[in-house]
Amino acid sequence: MQFEKFLPYLIVMAGVTYLVRVIPFTLFHKKIKNKFINSFLYYTPYAVLAAMTFPAILYATSHVGTAVVGLFVALVLAFFGKGLLTVACGACAAVFAVEMIMRFI
Amino acid sequence: MDFKKGLRDGIPICLGYFSVSVAFGVTAATGGLSWLEALMISLFNLTSAGQKAGLDIIIAGGSLIEIALSQLLINARYALMGISLSQKVDKKFTSPFRMVLGFAITDEIFAVASGQKVVSRPYMAGLAILPIIGWSGGTLVGALLGGIMPEIIQSALGVALYGMFIAVFVPAAKQEKSVLCVVGIAVICSSMMYYMPYLKEISSGFAVIICTVIAAAAGAILFPREEEESDAV
Repeated sequence: MQFEKFLPYLIVMAGVTYLVRVIPFTLFHKKIKNKFINSFLYYTPYAVLAAMTFPAILYATSHVGTAVVGLFVALVLAFFGKGLLTVACGACAAVFAVEMIMRFI
Repeated sequence: MDFKKGLRDGIPICLGYFSVSVAFGVTAATGGLSWLEALMISLFNLTSAGQKAGLDIIIAGGSLIEIALSQLLINARYALMGISLSQKVDKKFTSPFRMVLGFAITDEIFAVASGQKVVSRPYMAGLAILPIIGWSGGTLVGALLGGIMPEIIQSALGVALYGMFIAVFVPAAKQEKSVLCVVGIAVICSSMMYYMPYLKEISSGFAVIICTVIAAAAGAILFPREEEESDAV
């Protein structure tokens, strides 16, 4: 694509994304006192992550079956309090192993 | 100390980003963008769903207003995360630093940062660096090499980011019934948005916002938190 045609797209795209991130983050300096808002913000990360994980994880590999195995392994490792890297790598390794096995069956 | 810890916490995000962004690089190159253009999109946007939508509009030759609106809608969740994170940063995290480090607010970086009791500038900087390199690097590799990475590796890496998400919310849900309830509501809500007719037409970025607001509001109404609890995360 011609760079002169591409550049305006890039600037608008990156500019909007940057402002969406930075304006609220920069504006709120005081601790929020409202109990509802505080509770809402406390639960926000968990709600975001859960909503993004399920059901999307089921379609993240080449086969729903292997994704279920990855999901299960991640849930078990996380339940026993393993760290981010362990859970992520464990899930990847489980998917890899099952896909390997499936190739030879 | 904080910087090092941030770097270490950024490793899984970096790996996950690398694998996902290779796919983005391949798509961009196939759509007619040069490797430099693909790389610049990833370097300056650092977002998956928004970039995918933006790329589609660029390839289709859409309008600038269209691309601006798509980014606003899909990435609006970052505004929510920014407010949430603003309650966690320490006193030294003044406006100029927020304007720089705020660029790195992504789903994953936010998730990891919000698992900290207090977020300092060195921690946030350390946490951001590797994911930015991973995301841009993967895009570059994808744009240059195309589909050279074995499918089985791509497939396995596909669950990396989700594994990380799970590592954040499962231990919290195990500890607190309220979080478990919020997670349950979010999962039910997002499944509905994924499978139900009409609802599944909603873009994935917007669906995440709707589910988040519903689940977090339900949590705040059913299980309001006391003042001293709110910083004991």
